[in-house]
Amino acid sequence: MAAVDDLQFEVIYLCQMDLQMRLFRVYSKEFGNAATSVAANPDATTVSIEDPGETPKHQTGTLRGSGREEDDELLGNDDSDKTELLAGQKKSSPFWTFEYYQTFFDVDTYQVFDRIKGSLLPIPGKNFVRLYIRSNPDLYGPFWICATLIFAIAISGNLSNFLIHLGEKTYHYVPEFQKVSIAATIIYAYAWLVPLALWGFLMWRNSKVMNIVSYSFLEIVCVYGYSLFIYIPTAILWIIPQKAVRWILVMIALGISGSVLAMTFWPAVREDNRRIALATIMTIVLLHMLLSVGCLAYFFDAPEMDHLPTTAAIPNQTVAAAKSS
Amino acid sequence: MAEAEESPGDPGTASPRPLMRDLKAVGKKFMHVLYPRKSNTLLRDWDLWGPLILCVTLALMLQRDPADSEKDGGPHFAEVFVIVWFGAVTITLNSKLLGGNISFFQSLCVLGYCILPLTVAMLICRLVLLAGPGPVNFMVRLFVVIVMFAWSIVASTAFLADSQPPNRRALAVYPVFLFYFVISWMILTFTPQ
Repeated sequence: MAAVDDLQFEVIYLCQMDLQMRLFRVYSKEFGNAATSVAANPDATTVSIEDPGETPKHQTGTLRGSGREEDDELLGNDDSDKTELLAGQKKSSPFWTFEYYQTFFDVDTYQVFDRIKGSLLPIPGKNFVRLYIRSNPDLYGPFWICATLIFAIAISGNLSNFLIHLGEKTYHYVPEFQKVSIAATIIYAYAWLVPLALWGFLMWRNSKVMNIVSYSFLEIVCVYGYSLFIYIPTAILWIIPQKAVRWILVMIALGISGSVLAMTFWPAVREDNRRIALATIMTIVLLHMLLSVGCLAYFFDAPEMDHLPTTAAIPNQTVAAAKSS
Repeated sequence: MAEAEESPGDPGTASPRPLMRDLKAVGKKFMHVLYPRKSNTLLRDWDLWGPLILCVTLALMLQRDPADSEKDGGPHFAEVFVIVWFGAVTITLNSKLLGGNISFFQSLCVLGYCILPLTVAMLICRLVLLAGPGPVNFMVRLFVVIVMFAWSIVASTAFLADSQPPNRRALAVYPVFLFYFVISWMILTFTPQ
């Protein structure tokens, strides 16, 4: 019994330390230097926790209450996330059990909608990971957004090509089914390998320069997955066979999702060497642009370029044939 | 699969009887899909024969001409097969990971059986295509495919939606929508060579 009480006490103590570290990070990012004096005195941040007379169970209750209020004040979101504090204990199943993977799908419908909304409306100064993910990264969003995007690009490309070549005599419609597998390879490779590379890079920089903000691999996958959502309506609108419209759409989509990514990762690199930080952000945005431009170029034929040469060539040929005969 | 003990019968009729029973069970489930009501038959006595028959039929009708070696054509037989089964498995896994209380094979059974309206749509489309291409032809096919798509969604949701907690129902139903949408697209864009 005594051993169990000790264990409980140790767990509560670790939760408190975790909370204090998180609050320290949040304070120092959101309130700048004024917070460092508060953080230096940890007792001030966790108000009603360290009451020696209370039983461990009571302490957990007040810990949760004070933690949630302060988090909500700072981040302006009244989402009652009970896993915020116990996040360190959440993924406790071994990785070969089904329950381990269920923890990555622990989201409700409204949470998924909130995260999608957050990726569409980047607010300067608000970090997507801190505001929406809050230590509950999910794999539902990234996986199904990527799947939808694959089919959106393949189907829209097929439709667009059909509409562009509609009047031509030599055109025979083909469903172009092979492009689905190519699209799948590209999108899933982008959504998993780029976060992996970025995470590895950030871990490497973290070992050299002490960064306050660090993201786990799943949080990075989550951000990338949700940032791809804007490309779904963009792909559907790319059916319109006007070059100017398509490039404007590319710019808008890149602006929105690029800014979500940039604002998420800027806090993670800003303590670093200035040039490395800027190069990292530029690379992130550049890869994003390469993805959208590459998809546009490969899946969507150029509009109105094919018509003119063929219709101009045929009268010339008939005139030449008439002259020679 | 649900099996009862073999009942003694006349010698010579003992072996056809389980086959007829299985075929009748499959046919009964087809009826349940065509007239979806809240019944547990599909879930309780799941079997995978029906989905297999439907998937093979659909893949046979959708595959491109083997003699036609065009690079950008329709799907091959194996591709349709893979899409249907891989899609069904992924949706089932998704539903279970979100916390649904439906078993793996029950979910596969439901998703497979609810392809029946789309298989019927494919049959109708092939018949309509015999009349020759044209915009009227296309509008008829489009209408048929849309109606059958809606029917598939309604049928599968009637069986699957109850197994999810209410705050995640939309998350579990959306992949089903995507799955049947992709199959409908393949049916609609089928062009004979």
